[in-house]
Amino acid sequence: MRFLLREIYYIVLDFLQGMGASCLFLFRLLRYTPTALLRWRIVWQQIYSVGAMSLVLIMVSGLFVGMVMALESYHVLVKFAATAALGTGVALSILRELGPVVTALLFAGRAGTALTSEIGLMRATEQLAGMEMMAVDPVRRIVVPRFIAGAVSVPLLTMIFCAIAILGGYYVGVDLMGVDQGAFWSQMRVNVDLVDDILKSVVIKSIVFGSAISLIAVYEGYYSLPTAEGVSRATTRTVVNSSLAVLALDYLLTALLFHGA
Amino acid sequence: MAIHDLKPNDNVVEITGLKYRVGNKAIFDRLNISIPRGKITAIMGPSGTGKTTLLRVMTGQVLADRGRVLVEGKNIARLSTDELYGLRKQMGFLFQNGALFTDYTVYENVAFPLREHTKLPENLIRHVVLMKLQAVGLRGAANLMPAELSGGMARRVALARAIALDPKIIFYDEPFTGLDPISMGVIVRLIRVLNDSLGLTSIIVSHDVEEVSSVSDHSYLISDGKVVAYGTPEELEHNKSAWVRQFMKGLADGPVPFHYPAPDYAGQLLGEEQI
Repeated sequence: MRFLLREIYYIVLDFLQGMGASCLFLFRLLRYTPTALLRWRIVWQQIYSVGAMSLVLIMVSGLFVGMVMALESYHVLVKFAATAALGTGVALSILRELGPVVTALLFAGRAGTALTSEIGLMRATEQLAGMEMMAVDPVRRIVVPRFIAGAVSVPLLTMIFCAIAILGGYYVGVDLMGVDQGAFWSQMRVNVDLVDDILKSVVIKSIVFGSAISLIAVYEGYYSLPTAEGVSRATTRTVVNSSLAVLALDYLLTALLFHGA
Repeated sequence: MAIHDLKPNDNVVEITGLKYRVGNKAIFDRLNISIPRGKITAIMGPSGTGKTTLLRVMTGQVLADRGRVLVEGKNIARLSTDELYGLRKQMGFLFQNGALFTDYTVYENVAFPLREHTKLPENLIRHVVLMKLQAVGLRGAANLMPAELSGGMARRVALARAIALDPKIIFYDEPFTGLDPISMGVIVRLIRVLNDSLGLTSIIVSHDVEEVSSVSDHSYLISDGKVVAYGTPEELEHNKSAWVRQFMKGLADGPVPFHYPAPDYAGQLLGEEQI
């Protein structure tokens, strides 16, 4: 029993230490963000690398998610002769939950791991040390532009994911299942709220998710052990921690933004 | 003339009473070293004696547990990050593996410090980069990626990058390891030519006795965290100490053990001792 309590104590202690170190690292990143934005070319390159290069994955995933949502919803709604509500159902599911969460999880797998392994390998091959010896701070030059790029890319990718997913839902619902297209769009327009469903759900959630994933990815890369195994473990931690963080933050944000508790 | 007889201002680096431990192992124990300005000073010693760590201490990458490290009269341990970076702009550091940026071409690698620290127009940066690459004989490789270079070429590119900002001090970490005879000869010659023509102070960490002796003005031999011997290559060559003779001549027998401390060999083979 004492052994178990001691193990739990160390796990909690490790978790709190990690959280503290991540917060300090975040403050450091935020302090350097304004100067990094002045060198917009470097940030732009990173947005291309982590954002634009994830576009195909996000679009294809969005299309299938929207199609599945429409198919499942149609078979439920048709029992109640309520297929006119298909557009609303698909749009609300995508905008409120699936869009931000699935995009964030895909981004963590595609770009988060790339950020961690890139920075980790730069440390392992002494490129970061070389930069420090040239009097260039690697946090400012390497880490901050990647953090900004991640935080900016996820909201943009989420919007694209949602748009494609709704089009996928339209294709299955209207073209394949024969739902009336006027009802599909008009019901969606009436029931989707700009503030609650777009601003709060898509924009705010995706900004928070993007910032969290990028922070975890660059933190794990920057502090990874400079060995092959160290980089590999850091990459794994990025996926696991990012996914858990996204799901936990999703619950917190939903509770805070929509239910005031 | 002993190195410590030089006037304080003649020394670019002064280390006194340096103590540094990693875990329970003492890497340096009251180590004293002075690096004279304008000379090529070598720091030699068997593998694992902390030569590279010593370079990292001198450049502020690692902080000593105790002792004073003065570089250009400034105490490294007391510098702020900005002050340390200011000092590093006067330093060049050649890493053992080159530490080139793998996503940049040779040209971009050499241009990197110029773009970060100067506001030179692009055409002037181009001139400086080509001059530095010409100095190391790799102007024709400007568009190659680091993955396309041999080990010797990568180190020469790294050398061109290290001298891009015309530093006052240049640190070489094992510059001769793994080079073919031609590349080695080129690097040895480059170290001498750059030091003399640019008026640098060069500090070489290496265990390649022959090459170091051919290029250095003075050498320190360190072992067990202390300086074992100091002098010109000729003085070290004729040193009477058994330790120095064994190291300088690469003898198998002597006070320097070849084996890392280990339990009894026969006992371990018979399973009486654990690995």
